[in-house]
Amino acid sequence: MADITLRVNGSEKKVSVSPETPLLWVLRDTLELPGTKFGCGAGLCGACTVHVDGNPIRSCSTPVSQVAGKSVTTIEGLGANGLHLLQQAWIAEEVPQCGYCQTGQIMSAAALLAKTPNPTDDQITQAMNGNLCRCGTYERIRKAIHRAAGNGGAR
Amino acid sequence: MSPLSRREFVGAGIAAGAGLVIGFYLPHGNRFRKESFSPNAYLRIAPDNKVTIVVARSEMGQGIRTALPMILAEELEADWKQIEIEQAGASTLFGDQTTGGSASIRSTWDPMRKAGAIAREMLISAAALTWSVPRSACVAESGHIKHAASNRSLSYGDLVDKAAALPIPSDVTLKQSKDYKIVGQRLARVDSPAKVKGEAVFGIDLRIPGMKYAVLSRCPVIGGKVSGFDDKESKKISGVGYVGKIGDSAVAVVADSVWSAMEGRRTLNVSWDEGANKDLNTAGVMASLKQAATKKGVNLYSAGEPAKVSGRHISAEYSLPFMAHAPMEPGNCTAYFEGTKCELWAPTQVPQDCRDSVATATGLDPDQVKVNVTLMGGGFGRRLEHDYAVEAALVSKAINGPVKVLWTREDDMRSSTYRPTSLHQLSATLDGSGLPVGLSHRIIAPSISGQKGQPVPNGVDPDLPDEAGPVYGIPNYLIEYVLAETPVPLGWMRSVYALQAAFALESFIDELAVAAGKDPLKYRLQLLAKDQDLTYFTTTWHTTRMRGVLQLAAEKAGWDKPLPAGRYRGVACFGCFASYMAEVVEITMENEQPRVHRVVAAVDCGQVVNPSILEQQIQGGIVYGLSNALRAKITIEKGRVVQGNFDDYAPLRMDETPAVEVYAVPSPEAPTGIGEPSVPPIAPALCNAIYAATKKRIRALPILS
Repeated sequence: MADITLRVNGSEKKVSVSPETPLLWVLRDTLELPGTKFGCGAGLCGACTVHVDGNPIRSCSTPVSQVAGKSVTTIEGLGANGLHLLQQAWIAEEVPQCGYCQTGQIMSAAALLAKTPNPTDDQITQAMNGNLCRCGTYERIRKAIHRAAGNGGAR
Repeated sequence: MSPLSRREFVGAGIAAGAGLVIGFYLPHGNRFRKESFSPNAYLRIAPDNKVTIVVARSEMGQGIRTALPMILAEELEADWKQIEIEQAGASTLFGDQTTGGSASIRSTWDPMRKAGAIAREMLISAAALTWSVPRSACVAESGHIKHAASNRSLSYGDLVDKAAALPIPSDVTLKQSKDYKIVGQRLARVDSPAKVKGEAVFGIDLRIPGMKYAVLSRCPVIGGKVSGFDDKESKKISGVGYVGKIGDSAVAVVADSVWSAMEGRRTLNVSWDEGANKDLNTAGVMASLKQAATKKGVNLYSAGEPAKVSGRHISAEYSLPFMAHAPMEPGNCTAYFEGTKCELWAPTQVPQDCRDSVATATGLDPDQVKVNVTLMGGGFGRRLEHDYAVEAALVSKAINGPVKVLWTREDDMRSSTYRPTSLHQLSATLDGSGLPVGLSHRIIAPSISGQKGQPVPNGVDPDLPDEAGPVYGIPNYLIEYVLAETPVPLGWMRSVYALQAAFALESFIDELAVAAGKDPLKYRLQLLAKDQDLTYFTTTWHTTRMRGVLQLAAEKAGWDKPLPAGRYRGVACFGCFASYMAEVVEITMENEQPRVHRVVAAVDCGQVVNPSILEQQIQGGIVYGLSNALRAKITIEKGRVVQGNFDDYAPLRMDETPAVEVYAVPSPEAPTGIGEPSVPPIAPALCNAIYAATKKRIRALPILS
């Protein structure tokens, strides 16, 4: 066990866990932020995507010790001042079916738009390809990202 | 007028200050559970105008929490903003609560409309009495009863107490589709905001005070048992508490956190009695299907005598592997066993099966087991099993406290139930014009229900009547089912046997078109040219409607227009869950592998309730079906499932997802299934496109094996 301090959604959090615990379980079990999902435990599906210092990472395969002192943003912190543009676009395009993977999808998309405000279809595919959706919502995800970017025509 | 039978309408009354309450019965309409005619849905209109619909159907992404209330709200003339749906838990008060078989809309269409209409008529009567005016002068509109002549209006909430004291109308008039204001609209799903904010509570997210976490080590060999275990290392992991055998085949590790439980399991040393299946492998399973194929099966559909017609004879054999559902939310269930009662929080399609099997496993009466149904991160049939619930209850009983049992992805892949592997023998006799005068389709597959000990009447797996019917009116046409046995656990996976039946039949029809030297679309249309009604068990399939979807898909796909160089098309059509579906696929070949660029899908599912949800289901079904067609394969080695995670069982990602266009044939018919019918045609349509590109016929799935 070790005491580890990290910033989560703007607040400093101190947790006492074994240092190799994946960030995912610290977020879900210790900090009670269940919006980040467990899908594969191996960095293959993207359901657990969060931002660490603005970069998208797979929290299921990231030991909490690696994010000590860093700033973590989860879906709960994404729309801190109301719904994020992407969350609005997700609702407008009616993206979610079961919805389980969508928080991870939105976190991947948010990281993309932060660096590439007007992504092309290829850039969207590249950024989103690590996120699986078994309901098959990919087409609407693409549309929602274009909508949020305000560039519905970029291809 | 639409007479109401006692079966579908149970009663109305005042529930202590709750306003007007109407209980009604939603039949399931398929074979999952014995029907019992007690109410399984309630409509409640409160004095504050809130309209609550309590429904015993589970939301797994199919949009049921939006679509079902739309049906009732239409007849009720309710204000859509005041409608709420409440999830029912398992109850002996309810009739069947199973969610599956693409049945939620088609089985609730009539009772939901009638319940809404009954309430509407009672509210009209209450207003007419209040104002002393004729009923005929009162109109229900947007949550109010209005009397135009005197310009008076009362809200439903104002009228509920009076309405509840009135007699129940013996019959009601239902609206005509031309007057619909809610049904047929693209109303926004009610569950989207919570899902994009991360606030939706799935089974895995549910927490109760004092809850521990458990993962189980299950025998890797199908049917094997625990012979012993050593938990010395596990107990050294901080947070690990109880370690113990659960049932015959698993050892549970319980801890303060998921991670500690996982670490405890990683360090656990279990020895197994591998049992009878320790040498089982995929080749052996297929050999047993071939052996079964030597036997005569039962006829599912029989017209004329295909064996006796003469002409040009063509035959082919097709096969499909086991497949895994792999919903995004791995299996889980939370349970709290407290001596004389047990409460469960389960992401489940079968709350009553969970209740009953937990009762049996723990020695309680079913009434002592309470099941709360959570949201599901995908179902696809996997949550028609109750294994998670039984494990959770047994672990809770063992530790005498609340616990969440969680499956990892590898658990889900390797200890699951699988779409049955199958073998298909097709033969046809073509006449001088190249059309089949005789066709025989032998389906050799294990029975899901049979393996589970459920009835298999006359040797026919009870799913086949919904999923393997005739498509064409061929004069001599036989569909035969040969029941095979396998020890590999079987489950109902999205579209169930329709996927196998459609792959084999619609690939074979393409072979026949090629043999006849005809365009595969025109060949199919020729086979469907005559208006015929094909009766298959309790469903009548109309060639007219199948022709309709085929023509619509072809027209929208521009079948008659030339494609750019290097692009190829394939087509397939199929009917299942009472809906008709045709799909046209456009591909290119890259490094000998297909790339799907575009899919045009046409459906006839009767009245469309919500076009946006319809598109979701069809687009999603096609992506699911493409995953199945391209790569989905569960193989067995030494009695063990080989695949473990999304690397070796790799569903479609965004880069492989085509643009999917969805068109519905306008129809006033009652709605039919939509969750599954888009899945079966995609594999044959794709394989037929691959043939067009390469002249290679794919007769075994997956394509990229």
